[in-house]
Amino acid sequence: MKALGLTVYSGEKGLDRRVSGGYVSDLLSDVMGNADEGQVWVTLQTHKNVMAIASLKDLAAVILVSGHKPDVNTAHQSEEEAIPVLGTHLSAFDVTGKMYELIKK
Amino acid sequence: MNSYRADLHVHTVLSPCGDLEMSPANIVEAAARNNIDILGITDHNSTRHGALIKKLAKKKGIYVLCGAEVTTKEEIHCLTFFENNDKLVTFQKYLEEHLSDVKNKPEAFGYQVVLDENEMIVGHVDKLLVSALDQTIDEVEAAVHALGGLFIPAHIDRPSFSLFSQLGFVPAGLQADALELSKPATPEQMVKQFPGLKGYTFIRSSDAHHPMQLGSGITIFEMKRRSFAEIKKALQGVGGRRVSSKW
Repeated sequence: MKALGLTVYSGEKGLDRRVSGGYVSDLLSDVMGNADEGQVWVTLQTHKNVMAIASLKDLAAVILVSGHKPDVNTAHQSEEEAIPVLGTHLSAFDVTGKMYELIKK
Repeated sequence: MNSYRADLHVHTVLSPCGDLEMSPANIVEAAARNNIDILGITDHNSTRHGALIKKLAKKKGIYVLCGAEVTTKEEIHCLTFFENNDKLVTFQKYLEEHLSDVKNKPEAFGYQVVLDENEMIVGHVDKLLVSALDQTIDEVEAAVHALGGLFIPAHIDRPSFSLFSQLGFVPAGLQADALELSKPATPEQMVKQFPGLKGYTFIRSSDAHHPMQLGSGITIFEMKRRSFAEIKKALQGVGGRRVSSKW
């Protein structure tokens, strides 16, 4: 997380979750169908349904890209579920590229 | 109670994807041909053809609900309707303030023209109307309801630009006056498959972009007379009023 320079918006309790990989998508229906447990989800969607899906799929964390911030009830649910919502000013392409390099090591 | 045939989702030539045949005069003709009693005018992120169509339709005895098909920040299409012209104008300002500042490229997306009743072009809209507002679905819903308007997420079961595609399912507590279905699935089947839909009123409309499509999706309103207040009550199922559709 430090290596990527991410901001922690909410769900700090869940920062020790194990990361198995990542998934990049802004269609929640797609994430619901195709993301796997333990993945970090990179998106620009900030709606509270993001957390419902992160919880359903047991994702490790959500990274909001391009400076997007979570809606109030999104942050609230992230606290409750202990699934962190993180943020970056980088685009999805850039943050995913960096993360891919880290995970490959 | 009386029974009225409604098509509440119709685009005009102002929508870049709207066929050039969708002039206000042609739309009113097509609505009359299809025995439409209540017509909803819903261009992408603009209300500018509503008032003229309302005026033209009045001569044919057709009641018009003026509004727009709004694209939220999540890229969910939502139908919105307003009771009178003052509220419509207020909402038009909201749309102009919040629509992203992307210029239309007519050769790629189509022309965005405003016509008068003689089908003369009286204006062009420069901003691309099919882009999105910087407002979340909750913010749009609140803005519509603050003006006493109707808020109806469009074609919620479609694989793109819908509540289901963008947000996966209907968010708990969404304050929608109705939900529009596009598939030939019945509301009963939909509720069985998606329990979150329980308790909502469903409508069906044409989403017409061409005069030939107008009336291809119909909702029947059973209510006392055609007025904004009666339509609202029918959607709420108040006092024996109701809406239904052939599924």
